[in-house]
Amino acid sequence: MKGGLKVFLNGLIKENPVLVLMLGMCPSLAVTTVAKNGIGMGLATTFVLLGSNVVISLIKKLIPKAVRLPSFIVIIAGFVTIIGFLMKAYLPELDKALGIYLSLIVVNCIILARAEIFASQNGVGKSALDALGMGFGFTLALFILGSVRELLGAGTWMGLTVTKDLFEPIHFFVTPAGGFFVFGVIIAIVGMITNRQPKSAGCQNCPSAQACGRAGLENTGKENA
Amino acid sequence: MKDMMIILIGAILVDNFVLSKFMGVCPFLGVSKKVNSAFGMSLAVIFVMLMATAVTYPIYTGLLAPNGLEYLRIVVFILIIALFVQMVEIVLKRFIPSLYKALGVYLPLITTNCAVLGVTLLNIDNEYTFAESMVNALGGGLGFMLALILFAGIRQKIDASELPKAFKGMPATLVAAAIVSVSFVGFGGVVEGMFQ
Repeated sequence: MKGGLKVFLNGLIKENPVLVLMLGMCPSLAVTTVAKNGIGMGLATTFVLLGSNVVISLIKKLIPKAVRLPSFIVIIAGFVTIIGFLMKAYLPELDKALGIYLSLIVVNCIILARAEIFASQNGVGKSALDALGMGFGFTLALFILGSVRELLGAGTWMGLTVTKDLFEPIHFFVTPAGGFFVFGVIIAIVGMITNRQPKSAGCQNCPSAQACGRAGLENTGKENA
Repeated sequence: MKDMMIILIGAILVDNFVLSKFMGVCPFLGVSKKVNSAFGMSLAVIFVMLMATAVTYPIYTGLLAPNGLEYLRIVVFILIIALFVQMVEIVLKRFIPSLYKALGVYLPLITTNCAVLGVTLLNIDNEYTFAESMVNALGGGLGFMLALILFAGIRQKIDASELPKAFKGMPATLVAAAIVSVSFVGFGGVVEGMFQ
């Protein structure tokens, strides 16, 4: 059980996929104009991550090594389709707000990376805990990003008016540029608190890059070394 | 023709895939350290985007939509892209080794580039015709290239400058990306005005 908790906390804090590992940046930046969307996106990703991790750890022995990546992608795409249906039926508003980014969960590095690194080598229970830790870590990061951007850019938080009357909301923060800016500053703060350099971004940190080709290693690995 | 131009310029400047839609941010930050690798990567992306659109569009309109299988599109599209990238790699390796050398290393990375899947899905969502889809894919790819090359130039300057310790590396890069993104906001509204 102690090991399980460690696996769970690992994803939540120590190896937070967005703030520390810098994975899955496209959805983190795109949907976090308001905190609510960040949570929705995070939970949708958690669902897909949980489903794919559990299924992959169950059938890992049946998948031939040579075709494992396409197999993983198909499993992930299946769960993305399911969450798409569920969202459309029960949370149509959120579905509209997330738009195409809900479909793009399929190419979120985090999910393929966890499948490759963790689920294909560990048992079902551990894989599920890993998925939950990573998923909630992702959700937490998106929630922080979304909260900051919503508070500064619209003066509201979770849809409630907070600072709107105190100062004029700064529209910059809900534009795409504001997304990059807030993300950069948050990572700097996290780096300051934990007192370590965030790993430099890019494909060399995306473990699927190693699986999908030499590119990440050749282009960036050497320069960093 | 006018519509085509609007789609093309719009996809390059106003709705730039990287800077305003956040698609392909990982390669944008990962491969933009040197101008020539940025160029190679974006060439490969343009190529795959065009081809993926050319293949997925007829499959969607001819096979999935008439049979009520629209919901399968994510599975089908991602498989097509993965297959396609693999195929391009094999063909290039065999027949045009020089191009393979130039693009080869970037090709496998493109499967998980959300800009490629994004452009094929957006074409369907926006109900573009085949020609419009191809133009959109070209514009998206060119926009990706523009963002990557612009940013590669800026990044070389960042790496050489003195910064507070916490901001070194990634955070500074992201803040710089924000500034580049602001400059692209200026293009909003330009496109409509250009073709009046």
